[in-house]
Amino acid sequence: MKQKINNFSDWFLERFPLSDLWNEHMAHYYAPKNFNIWYFFGSLALFVLVNQIVTGILLTMNYKPDAKLAFDSVEYIMRDVDWGWLVRYMHSTGASAFFIIVYLHMFRGVLYGSFKQPRELIWIFGMLIFVCLMAEAFMGYLLPWGQMSYWGAQVIISLFSAIPVVGDELSLWVRGDYVVSDATLNRFFAFHVIAVPLVLIILVFLHIVALHEVGSNNPDGIDIKKQVNWQGRPLDGIAFHPYYTVKDIVGVGVFMFFFALVIFYMPEMGGYFLEHANFVPADPLKTPEHIAPVWYFTPFYAILRAVPDKFAGVIAMGGAIVVLFMLPWLDRSKVRSIRYRGGMFKKALLLFVISFIGLGYLGTQPATPTATTMARILTAVYFGFFLLMPLYTRWEKTKPVPERLTEQPGLEEQLPKLLELYNEVFPLTAITDATGAVDTKRRPNLAGIKAVLFRFVKNLKESLD
Amino acid sequence: MKRILSTLLLLLSFSAFASSSGIKLEDADIDLSDTVSLERGAKHYVTYCLGCHSAKHIRYKRIALDLHLDEDEILKNVAPLGAGIYDQMHSAMNSHDAEKWFGTTPPDLSLIARSRGADWLYSYLKGFYADKSKPTGVNNVVFPDVAMPNVFWQKQGTQVAVIKNIDGHDVVTDLKLEQPGQLSPKEFDKMVNDLVNFLVYVGEPVQMERQKMGKYVLFFLLMFIALAYLLKKEYWKDVH
Repeated sequence: MKQKINNFSDWFLERFPLSDLWNEHMAHYYAPKNFNIWYFFGSLALFVLVNQIVTGILLTMNYKPDAKLAFDSVEYIMRDVDWGWLVRYMHSTGASAFFIIVYLHMFRGVLYGSFKQPRELIWIFGMLIFVCLMAEAFMGYLLPWGQMSYWGAQVIISLFSAIPVVGDELSLWVRGDYVVSDATLNRFFAFHVIAVPLVLIILVFLHIVALHEVGSNNPDGIDIKKQVNWQGRPLDGIAFHPYYTVKDIVGVGVFMFFFALVIFYMPEMGGYFLEHANFVPADPLKTPEHIAPVWYFTPFYAILRAVPDKFAGVIAMGGAIVVLFMLPWLDRSKVRSIRYRGGMFKKALLLFVISFIGLGYLGTQPATPTATTMARILTAVYFGFFLLMPLYTRWEKTKPVPERLTEQPGLEEQLPKLLELYNEVFPLTAITDATGAVDTKRRPNLAGIKAVLFRFVKNLKESLD
Repeated sequence: MKRILSTLLLLLSFSAFASSSGIKLEDADIDLSDTVSLERGAKHYVTYCLGCHSAKHIRYKRIALDLHLDEDEILKNVAPLGAGIYDQMHSAMNSHDAEKWFGTTPPDLSLIARSRGADWLYSYLKGFYADKSKPTGVNNVVFPDVAMPNVFWQKQGTQVAVIKNIDGHDVVTDLKLEQPGQLSPKEFDKMVNDLVNFLVYVGEPVQMERQKMGKYVLFFLLMFIALAYLLKKEYWKDVH
């Protein structure tokens, strides 16, 4: 028997380069040894993608892509299908988790200059993944056929009609009807369950192939291949497997903890992951008072609304994504990592983060005049970050970049410091209760909070130089 | 600096504007582990709501299972005459008649607690007041000009609105019980609360089970994280 298995293994390995693949991408793929917390989000994105595919397949087994049946079939899954509620919540929470992870993953790229030469193509593939993901999420959101599904799709598809000359015909072609209807639902279903996921998987494959060709960047933004040992292995590199596989398992565990926390205790996430209005079946005759997209689209939605002209708004919204594609060529700085960049870039990045979060918030709110003014300012900041980048990165004063990776305190080493911080904010205080007994309890301390805040602002100010 | 500050304050205030219309919602006391309250709520639902509003996503069998009731019990005490244990909570009224009588089809209430929220439902059901200008003779503070009549008028009695003129608009600031009903205000509150409790349950029957299960899942994951972390530490010993 053993002989037979060995024979079969030989037969297989003579015909398929399994060990080469394994070595090239896992056992002999050398990654920088100083990956920090930001580097968990790549593997987590892959993990959530698998979660979405598996739960998605299970959902299609009971979902009906039909305007008359769709809403009820989702409730059928939630109530009558064994474990259907869990699968559905894993899918709906997974969608939001996917965007949180992808946004953090992209932000990591900006922080450490992972998009810069020679990793431009990885960034481009990544951006294509992001665009696909948005299409996937948008079309998936129509499927439950609730009020917000319906009217959200109605609003977004009608954006096509803002395009001059061909606009109306185009939006008609996309919808397959004069309003969002059964025809739209059917084609969105087809795109959501097979067309876009296929493209997504191919792009993820290309993203990783391109990454493994040039090697991973690191928090110091140094090329670790320059310093190699006698075997030609990077001195600062460690094999992806087993070191990063075991590390990523910890990341997956921590992620699953928070994921489960949402699924089991707050699947609606206060109306952000599952919007309240989407528990009302779609009604083409009743427009909801306030139409807001799901949270992950709101920054772009706010940009759309900030521009007075509809067509210009569509251009601005598209431009907000297109400009991200051009990032590798907008950044002219000689260094990659934020650790060695000049103060200009750091301040610009801080402003960008504020504008992105601010726009995200404004996108969930009704468009009052004040909100629109704020959205306009933040839109200007958003575009300013990118369009002025060639100027402020070219002349910024960078710090000297070290030859080898630097040691930074890890999460474990920072624990005592965090405990100290906790003691400062919530010190043990003696409390006398009604009976006169003295008890020591943790109570927030105003002076402590003030000192911590003051230090934080001071550190922030220093780190921005 | 002053300009920046005033802009920030303005930004903070515009979110408050949106929610400053009408009366403040009252707090419903939701306790899904109180199966007796849920059973009373189910009874009230069948008596007062099911005539017009279906709750087609829930079956009597499911209610019996979740509230630990016998099948015979629920058919005898809760379900309307003639309903079977596997039936969904269908309404007897058809949509054609509904359209004719009320001008609109009463919505299915399976998910109303998830779209409106418990506090809204509680305040809405208690928010009817006499208004002669309306075809049903009543209006509602939470949902103005609603087509639904006050089905609890015998129990609750008749409320009238205290209207004040604020900024040129007539605003209902309070409701006063003009004519007491069969129940005292306290008893009536309890009745409405039971009903809302039941609707919250119907919105997502699995929620109690899911929260019970969550503890074990989170505990397992904590153990998993601890093991995975120790494994990582062991492997990384030789990385310097």
